[in-house]
Amino acid sequence: MTRVLMEGSEAMAKAAIAAGCRFFSGYPMTPFTETLEYFGKHLPDVGGVSINAESELEAIGMAWGALATGARAATGSTGQGLALMQESLSEITRAELPLVYFNMARGQGDYYQATRGGGHGDYRNIVLAPIDVNEAVELTQLAFYLADLWRNPVQIYGDYLLAHTNETVEISTMEFPPLPPKDWAVDGSLGGTGKSRNINPIGMSKLKHEIEPEAFWRRLHVKHKEIEQAEARYEEEFLEGAEMLVVAFGTVARFVRYVVREMRSEGIAVGYIRPITLWPFPYEAISNAAQNTQKVAVLEQNGGQMIDDVRLAVLGSAPVVALGGFSSDEAGFGIGPIHGTDNIRDRIEHGLAGQEVMP
Amino acid sequence: MSSGSDILQTDAPPSQPAEKLCAFKPDLLLSEDHHLCPGCGEPIAVRMMLEAIKELECSRRAVGVIGIGCYTALTGIIDTDLVQALHGRAPSVATGTKRMLPNGLVYTLQGDGDMVNEGLQEVIHSAARGENITCILLNNGVFGETGGHMTASTVVGQRTKNTIDGRDAKEHGQPILISEMLAQLSGTAYVARCGVFNASQTVHTKRILRKAFQTQLDGKGFSFVEILTMCPTGWFVPVPEGPDYLENVLGSVHKLGELKCE
Repeated sequence: MTRVLMEGSEAMAKAAIAAGCRFFSGYPMTPFTETLEYFGKHLPDVGGVSINAESELEAIGMAWGALATGARAATGSTGQGLALMQESLSEITRAELPLVYFNMARGQGDYYQATRGGGHGDYRNIVLAPIDVNEAVELTQLAFYLADLWRNPVQIYGDYLLAHTNETVEISTMEFPPLPPKDWAVDGSLGGTGKSRNINPIGMSKLKHEIEPEAFWRRLHVKHKEIEQAEARYEEEFLEGAEMLVVAFGTVARFVRYVVREMRSEGIAVGYIRPITLWPFPYEAISNAAQNTQKVAVLEQNGGQMIDDVRLAVLGSAPVVALGGFSSDEAGFGIGPIHGTDNIRDRIEHGLAGQEVMP
Repeated sequence: MSSGSDILQTDAPPSQPAEKLCAFKPDLLLSEDHHLCPGCGEPIAVRMMLEAIKELECSRRAVGVIGIGCYTALTGIIDTDLVQALHGRAPSVATGTKRMLPNGLVYTLQGDGDMVNEGLQEVIHSAARGENITCILLNNGVFGETGGHMTASTVVGQRTKNTIDGRDAKEHGQPILISEMLAQLSGTAYVARCGVFNASQTVHTKRILRKAFQTQLDGKGFSFVEILTMCPTGWFVPVPEGPDYLENVLGSVHKLGELKCE
């Protein structure tokens, strides 16, 4: 296998196809568009289907219908487009369909949307936040596995930088443990047998007029608790003896990790921890790390969203401070000074000195 | 029964004795019990659809994508594979299903509130794309499930809970005639409107459904059947007056007929 230079969007789409994705539907929006383009160009080569949907609402509906047949299917957009898809995201979660969706967001301001969602009712989506293109290739393939394993939607939270950075990557199909057969998928074959299927997000089933809403919600709740126990992923460096711990995610974390390594080499006692899964959030890892530090800092590219989860993890055992803030180009695509080591170092030094950083 | 011919042979005695429609349960119906109101036309329309699927020998390849309305309650007794969609979104879901299941007979079942209000762009885009699916609209001109509110296909003068003195075009606008709108699109291969307000029209409805499904089986593109159904509860009329109200009030605006057959 050879390594090739590829743009993040294309690498993720190629990784999705390598993972067996055979259906994609999307609506163009910067910086997600190139992901859609790649699927449109290359899915037909492997007998797949890519549809340039007329709207985000229709894009996610099409993916829903494809998933119901047992196919690996995906959609995506930016946070703006995903805002339009929220109703379907919550319903697909309750229909227990294994959707993978890309969020090539305009920065990190969609953390709440990704981890809490704007759909109705109790539901949770797994959220994977790659730090770079190489990790995105792996997490994209993991996303399809986790979606099938848990029969639950999985979001890949990227941004303009991830989508448009060229890196050398190696894309080959990854091996995962075997999955149960999709005996729930519709193909029409059980019609007239009395055992036909109903893929249903509202708890209705054949020959039962009454739904049992509490049992329905409780079953999903238990599954989501199991996911919380099993799937939290994170990366940590220099926790030993860290006076201040910096928590960051996604592409911003790449700069934070670089600066923390640099500062450590200079003997400055900072540590680094990065949630790879935004949900389930690595509460336990951050809680443990917070026991041995004087301060926990959160460096995110928004007005302060992930800091809520960090506070819930730390639960008062150390002060939690915000070092992040708004940072964008004039077009609003979320590329700004925070994607720079000088800027990050300045923020971390402010944190160490106990100085406030305005978002 | 399933000869497929529309012409009855009358030059010899029938090969089997006459049977009343209500005397037997179609094979694709799991139970005859349902929770819809007395006089509702939707179970009749759904029955005709299930009989049409069976007669075309598609029982083992049909997948229904169901909208949200009173008819959603019938999903418990429809014995074809089903995908429950959101209000208005069935045509997109059916698109994804059909693309991954090209040999399936994929149909949507939606009401006028679902299709003509909430999901209007879905059905128009799917039709324009020439998507090889069959969309079935159960049009009673009212939101039955919420208790009788105006939809985008409510006819002028019709009383609903939010047009209690009758729909006034000046205040509430004009109804959308969805079949006429879809027939204009070059992506549609078959468009027809029928109604279940009497026995002959009910039998005719099945014939139209068979033609629509056959259009899909022949790979000709988007097929559309609008079935006018009674909703005496939502119209505030006595049950026995439902069929006449449907024929005369809704039927005079949403006119019956085959609008397109390619």
